[in-house]
Amino acid sequence: MSETPLIGDFPPAPDAGLSGARIGVITFPGTLDDVDAARAVRLAGGTAVSLWHGEASLQDVDAVILPGGFSYGDYLRAGAISRFAPVMERVIDGAKGSLPVLGICNGFQILTEAHLLPGSMIKNNHLHFICRDQTLRVENNGTAWTSDYEAGSEIVVPLKNQDGQYVADEKTLDELEGEGRVVFRYVDVNPNGSRRDIAGISNAAGNVVGLMPHPEHAVEAGYGPDSSAFGPVDVRGGTDGLGIFTSVLKKIVGAN
Amino acid sequence: MTDLNQRVQSRLETPAEARNEHGHDLGGPAAAVEQIEGRKFNIDTVEHAAATPDTPLPWAELGLKEDEYNRVVEILGRRPTAAELAMYSVMWSEHCSYKSSKVHLRQFGEKVTEDMKKDMLVGIGENAGVTDLGDGWAVTFKVESHNHPSFVEPYQGAATGIGGIVRDIISMGARPVAVMDPLRFGAIDHPDTARLVHGIVSGIGGYGNCLGLPNIGGEVVFDSVYQGNPLVNALAVGVMRHEDIRLANASGAGNKVVLFGARTGGDGIGGASVLASESFDDSKPAKRPAVQVGDPFAEKVLIECCLELFKAAVVEGIQDLGAAGISCATSELASNGDGGMHIELTSVLLRDPTLTPGEILMSESQERMMAVVKPENVEAFEEILAKWNVEYSWLGEVTGTGRLIIDWDGETIVDVDPRTVAHEGPVYERPYHRPEWLDGVQADSFAGERPSSGEELKAAVLELMSSPNMCSKDWITNQYDRYVRGNTALAMPDDAGVVRVDEATGMGVALSTDCNGRYAYLDPYAGAQLALAESYRNVATAGAVPMAVTDCLNFGSPEDPEVMWQFAEAVRGLSDACMALGVPVTGGNVSLYNQTGGVAIHPTPVVGVLGKFDDVARRTPSGWREDGQAIYLLGTTRDELDGSEWANLRGHLGGRPPALDLAAEKLLGELLVNASRDGMVDAAHDLSEGGLAAALSEMALRFGVGARVGLDEMCERDGVDLFTALFSESQARAVVAVPRSEEVRFKDMCTARGFAHIRIGVVDAENQALDFQGHFSLPLAELKDAHEATLPKHFA
Repeated sequence: MSETPLIGDFPPAPDAGLSGARIGVITFPGTLDDVDAARAVRLAGGTAVSLWHGEASLQDVDAVILPGGFSYGDYLRAGAISRFAPVMERVIDGAKGSLPVLGICNGFQILTEAHLLPGSMIKNNHLHFICRDQTLRVENNGTAWTSDYEAGSEIVVPLKNQDGQYVADEKTLDELEGEGRVVFRYVDVNPNGSRRDIAGISNAAGNVVGLMPHPEHAVEAGYGPDSSAFGPVDVRGGTDGLGIFTSVLKKIVGAN
Repeated sequence: MTDLNQRVQSRLETPAEARNEHGHDLGGPAAAVEQIEGRKFNIDTVEHAAATPDTPLPWAELGLKEDEYNRVVEILGRRPTAAELAMYSVMWSEHCSYKSSKVHLRQFGEKVTEDMKKDMLVGIGENAGVTDLGDGWAVTFKVESHNHPSFVEPYQGAATGIGGIVRDIISMGARPVAVMDPLRFGAIDHPDTARLVHGIVSGIGGYGNCLGLPNIGGEVVFDSVYQGNPLVNALAVGVMRHEDIRLANASGAGNKVVLFGARTGGDGIGGASVLASESFDDSKPAKRPAVQVGDPFAEKVLIECCLELFKAAVVEGIQDLGAAGISCATSELASNGDGGMHIELTSVLLRDPTLTPGEILMSESQERMMAVVKPENVEAFEEILAKWNVEYSWLGEVTGTGRLIIDWDGETIVDVDPRTVAHEGPVYERPYHRPEWLDGVQADSFAGERPSSGEELKAAVLELMSSPNMCSKDWITNQYDRYVRGNTALAMPDDAGVVRVDEATGMGVALSTDCNGRYAYLDPYAGAQLALAESYRNVATAGAVPMAVTDCLNFGSPEDPEVMWQFAEAVRGLSDACMALGVPVTGGNVSLYNQTGGVAIHPTPVVGVLGKFDDVARRTPSGWREDGQAIYLLGTTRDELDGSEWANLRGHLGGRPPALDLAAEKLLGELLVNASRDGMVDAAHDLSEGGLAAALSEMALRFGVGARVGLDEMCERDGVDLFTALFSESQARAVVAVPRSEEVRFKDMCTARGFAHIRIGVVDAENQALDFQGHFSLPLAELKDAHEATLPKHFA
């Protein structure tokens, strides 16, 4: 433990070769974690580009993140209104090509509403908002967003939501399992009643991933969870989520 | 609408078609009748008021006293119009005018040294005070009450409490960055408590989480004195660059006045005057419609929209709409400015087109702001509002007349000097005297059970740590987002919430709120000081230098001379202590009439302290983790159980609260900050409710790491037995965990400063227990289960 870095120390300097990769972060009205997603991209070594829901342009970014929050207050079904934002037409076009797209929490809900990912999220089974440090297993490291993890490895990232219970019909769930499209699964505790402990899934091509927990809140030592699945860390020292962002950056740079 | 509201409103502005039923209250056929959006109102114009001096007005139903009403007539030189009466009644309510508390609150401005002023950029009187953080950064913070609405409608009451305090912060020009919520409920097992806990907690979460603000701390206290009067206080903190500081004033004749955000509806009418300024009793009708309804999504959009307006420098003055709505915003903006204001009330965008002028002026609909914009900036302003899809309407302009004039479709319904509405309301020197019962209470020192055997003491610690006030609050705090914005460096259950302000340097702030109402009941002067001392200690324990104070003074009825004495003593105590510790009060709130059926709450002066870190990376968490680190107790322990959690568990409340030594508190604070800065401690926790037993338990449970503790030497030094050592609530104490390499330096520092310190144990990462050597051992699993089971048992 004496080798633990000083509280608040940044992770090792990001790979300078990744800064050419531009990741768009969309802000919808009511988006909350856009600053966090942009910070995660920067800490991973990439360049974050702000995208506005009302503009039908992706500004030639190499990948897109739909961050968490309560877009349009979640007053209708979560994500149901944002799905119709002008920028989403471009996201849908890109996703059907090979553009890497990540939906976190409310972003995941928007991706299901846009039918880029199957299933839906309903209210947590205990009916309360819940904020906790959650262990996940990376079931599939073959997606654009998980290649930096070992398959089967565990990570600890914050979970915080009200409508986080993943549901789909049995046939869809069987398909997801059969095709290896369950990307993240809750470990130890299923915090919201999600079917088959599913925390995140991908499309068939693996370029579109959605998950309920928040990897962007576990990227900077000093401001993350108190624990890590990779070993002891200092207070709020968990940075297990960073791999999501380095995965996509490396893929982009490698593809160029 | 309640009977009360119906009565008041129908007398204020009688719809024309209803006049036959309601008679001629406001002058009958002689009154002007206007056609607005297809609906007729019986408009009481200024001209009409002057011509009908003898028209009876419902001033008593609106909460005005007879002499107050007579003063309004004297000020105006005629009877007020219905709209003016609505404005004066809400603005002169206890909640808005501070008429009972003002004469005492002055002390916060008077007992201030030059040194205390040096970092104060904006003091008391604005929406919130502003403190300089250096490097061009400033911070603003404030705590406010939403007690009465939360009792009537827990979810919306608590939600709009967060919404209101956040708008106060925005209207200073700041980006809100965190919230905290000090809560007090009745007995945990009372049938009504669950209704309030569920509603209030989900209201705070529902609004705050949706707003994207981390909730970084607060308090949860259960005590039967709060059964009919739960306390829902909300604190918000915001940060800004110096150049972004905005004030609530309307200056520059010809500048435009705009209302933007949500539309105005019928909710919250009379909230300030009717709810927050009166006691509840069973003889009055339910007041549910007087509570506002919140829309956190609208507020989130409003925050981002306002910040973009500030960045573009297109607003001159800005004011949020809270209590008393447009009445308050127009009169305060005009009163703080250098001229007057002239607005057209029919321009207000409405949710409910049937609202009368008086209702529009009094509505407390949420998520609204009023701003003053130069004509040349109107276009830029409109572009930004269009981008965020926020509705707005231009109401009028700033004038040089010194009058606040409000028209209804071109006819003047309000013509007043805004200062008489906003700032020159009544001031009361309420009579007060020391309660006769207090001598008896203070003489009744705790003489109850004092466990002594190891077995008994172990059971006592478990009982303490599972009790409603000392148990884990995770069930509540896990319903709040503490991560959003990515700058939270510490949150509950640590001593203080810590957020980073500057990502480049790591500079940030720490915040804590505290109050022990039992101490304040036993001695309000000392109780208020003890609240400050605890909050100050918490901030210093986290490693931050305390800089500024905000307070939420929750008391019973000021019309009861004994309650008024409690209030006066608390303010005197708090202001004296602020001066002694060198931390100024920059803003706050008073909540009176917290009493039901003649029974007042304990005096509850909640005190929030803000401290600064040069780099939040230096913050100290409240639990130890490293095996072999030395555990030290700082400070001295006396036999002080009166008002303690232990006495509370034994149903006793009497005697005097623990003695306070502000010089010792200041010194302890300096030691803790230095130790944090120089890396001499890895964990620190202040001692307060539950004493050493609670502190050690919480430190072990924080990361699930045990310790071996030996208290015999300390008992001998301080002349106390083991029970007293564990359960006494003596002040100016803290426990720290010191790395072995730092022990000598740490001891030298304490010795050099002459502060009592003693090694009481060592961190033991193997034993999975809190082992009080030679007496008893408490397995962490057993302690954790007891600590965490209580709230789920009652509420899950």
